[in-house]
Amino acid sequence: MALIPISLKVNGTRFERAVEPRRLLSDFLREDLGLKATHVGCEHGVCGTCTVLMDGEAVRSCLSFAVQADGCEVRTADGLAQGGKLSALQQAFWEKHGLQCGFCTPGMLMVATELLERNAKPTKAEIEEAVSSNLCRCTGYYNIVESVQRAAEMMQEGAK
Amino acid sequence: MKPAPFEYVRPGSLAEALDALARHAPAGRILAGGQSLVPMMNLRLVKPAVLIDINRVPGLADIRVDGGELVIGALARHAALLASELVAKHCPLMVEAYRCVAHGPIRNRGTLGGNISHADPASEMPAVLAACDAKIGVRSAKRARTIPATEFFTGPLTTALAEGEMVTEIRIPTAKPGQGAAWQEAANRQGDFAMAGVAAIVTVAGGKCTHASVAVAGMERPGVRLPAVEKKLVGTTLDDAAITAAASMASEAVRPSGSYHADPIYKRELAETLTARALAAARERAR
Repeated sequence: MALIPISLKVNGTRFERAVEPRRLLSDFLREDLGLKATHVGCEHGVCGTCTVLMDGEAVRSCLSFAVQADGCEVRTADGLAQGGKLSALQQAFWEKHGLQCGFCTPGMLMVATELLERNAKPTKAEIEEAVSSNLCRCTGYYNIVESVQRAAEMMQEGAK
Repeated sequence: MKPAPFEYVRPGSLAEALDALARHAPAGRILAGGQSLVPMMNLRLVKPAVLIDINRVPGLADIRVDGGELVIGALARHAALLASELVAKHCPLMVEAYRCVAHGPIRNRGTLGGNISHADPASEMPAVLAACDAKIGVRSAKRARTIPATEFFTGPLTTALAEGEMVTEIRIPTAKPGQGAAWQEAANRQGDFAMAGVAAIVTVAGGKCTHASVAVAGMERPGVRLPAVEKKLVGTTLDDAAITAAASMASEAVRPSGSYHADPIYKRELAETLTARALAAARERAR
C-alpha cells in the first residue's frame, strides 16, 4: 500500500512522515515518533488509555488513523511537563496518589487536561463524568477524582 | 488488533465523495467519526478495501432550522449536537438521549450520520429519529432521495442505503406547543450500550392525547416504533391508568434479542417499565 505524506504538530514540534493509511494514530505516536507516554490498551475504543488531544479535543488515538491527523495539532502526556517541571495536574496526581500501576494514567491525564481547559472549576460530578470514559484496572478512581479536584485548586491558586 | 490494509481517499467536497463512492463500489466505505467502523476494522470484523474520509468535506456538519424542520448535517458530532442550542430548543428529546450516549472522547468524534448508518440496535439515536418521524436525506452520484427514519433501519447493522449512497442530512420536525417528549434507558453503567431504551412523544390538546409516538432501542432492529402502544394512548387523558395499560402492551409488542447482560424476558420487562416512565415524563412536559 502506498505511503501517504503527513505533516502534523505533536506537543508543539512539527513532524513530517510518510505513513501507511492503516497506521493507527496510537501506533504512529509510539512507534514512528517514539513518544511512549500514550499507552495502548484495548485497541477498540473501550479503555481510553490511548486518549490524546487532537486540536484541543480528547480523542481515542486507537480509533483515529495517523493520516487523519495530517495538519492537526496533537498533544500527548509526553508534553505535559515543561522544562522538567510537572504540570499542575501531574503534580496533583503525585500528591494525591492518583496512580497505582500507572497504565491508565496518560489517558486520565489527557481527559482531565481537556476538562480543566474547558472548565476551570469542575464539580465532583463533572470530574466523575469526564474520567468515567476511561478504565482504571486498579479501580483507583477515588484518588483520580481527588487528584483532578486538587489540580483545579492548584491552578486557581496559581492564577491568582 | 491492527486493521487490514486499505486505500485512503480524502475528498474535498460532497461531489468528490459521491464520485469516489461510485468509483469504488462496492469496496468503498465512508469514514466519518470512525467510532464504530474503526473498532470493527481493528478487530478485523470488516476489511474495507477503500476508505473515503469525509471529515474534511465542508458544510456537512451544519445544524440549522429550515421551515418546520431541524436539519442536521450527517457529519455533525455527537458533542456538538449535545451542546447545540438549536437542538435543545427544537428536539429536546435528542439532547436527553445523547446524555446516555458513550463518553466525551467518543462523542467528540462520533457523528449522527455515522451512528445511524452503522445501525446498532442498541443505539439511542435510531429510536429517537423513528419517534420523531425524522427523514434521512441520502445521496449517490446519480440521485438524491429521502427515506423516513421508520423505513431506514431494516435490520441489525442494516439500512435501506443502496450501493453508492451515503447519508447527507437528517431532517426532524421541530417540537410543537402541547408536545412533550422523554427518553428513558437502562444500561449497566452510564455511557454503556443500552439494554433497553424508550423514546416517547405525546401531544395533548383539550386535556386529551391527540398523538403519541413510542420507539424502543435494544430490540431486534434499530428504530422500532410500537404502533399498538401509540394507538392505545390516543384519545385518553394520559392518566396513570392509561399509561399503565399502554405500557403493558409494550412488553408484548417488542421483539427482543438476548444480549450478554439482558435476556429477552428481562428486556420485555424493561420495555414495559421504561415505556411507563417515558410516557409519564412526556405527559408532564406536554403540560
